[in-house]
Amino acid sequence: MVPVSDVLVLSAVLFGLGVIGFIFKRDIVTLFMCIELMLNAVNLAFVAFSRALGQLQGQVYVFFVIVVAAAEAAVGLAIVILIARNRKSLNVERVDSLKL
Amino acid sequence: MNVVFLVFVALGVLAVAGAINLIAQRHPIHSALSLIVVMVALAGEYLLMGAEFIAAVQIIVYAGAIMVLFVFVIMLLNAGVEERTNLSHIARWLGLPVAAILVAELGWAVRRGSIGAGNIPAGTVSTSHLATLLFRDYVFPFELTSVLILVAIMGAIALAKREE
Repeated sequence: MVPVSDVLVLSAVLFGLGVIGFIFKRDIVTLFMCIELMLNAVNLAFVAFSRALGQLQGQVYVFFVIVVAAAEAAVGLAIVILIARNRKSLNVERVDSLKL
Repeated sequence: MNVVFLVFVALGVLAVAGAINLIAQRHPIHSALSLIVVMVALAGEYLLMGAEFIAAVQIIVYAGAIMVLFVFVIMLLNAGVEERTNLSHIARWLGLPVAAILVAELGWAVRRGSIGAGNIPAGTVSTSHLATLLFRDYVFPFELTSVLILVAIMGAIALAKREE
């Protein structure tokens, strides 16, 4: 038997690592991967609640999260290719036109 | 201490180690491979919790399709080692404490409240029940996702097209 709280702690740790990576990393592609890590952590919590409460809706939401993540990756990576082509760099520090 | 719990802990340690390695690696391709380790470990967790369909989708869509897209882009752009620049002041003085507080708060909330009470029951979720729910009660959102994917495909093509 796996306690639900342990699964949620694992989910929280993975989400926190995603947040920390998003702050620390400078590479645009790696930032995207940190976002995917956070989405995965949320999916884990969804599945844990779905199983603990005996409700299947949680797994339907996981399905939708995966679909949206796929669409987001497709559009996001196209934007990354454009940025790399225009700026000749993948460093987020070099994409600062909107910075004050 | 039963076998299921030990497998859960082993897969959890693997996932956390992969996530830490994702952050620690300087080369994006190494980060991508670490993320695949995390996703496969999480698929194992789903299997352990009895969510077979989600585990299969996790492997096929996440570890398969999405990560192949990432690796493809990294190779296409010939991305090298990430250059080290100083963290901006906002990231250092505001971002890191806020991230630390967020993790502590999440762990505290999970540990104290009744939200995490109980165990994951044994047994597996029937995929046919999931399909019934998805294609009967959630059929409208399900059809909407096809529109979303269509828009995403058109957006990706429009963005990546080389202008004359």
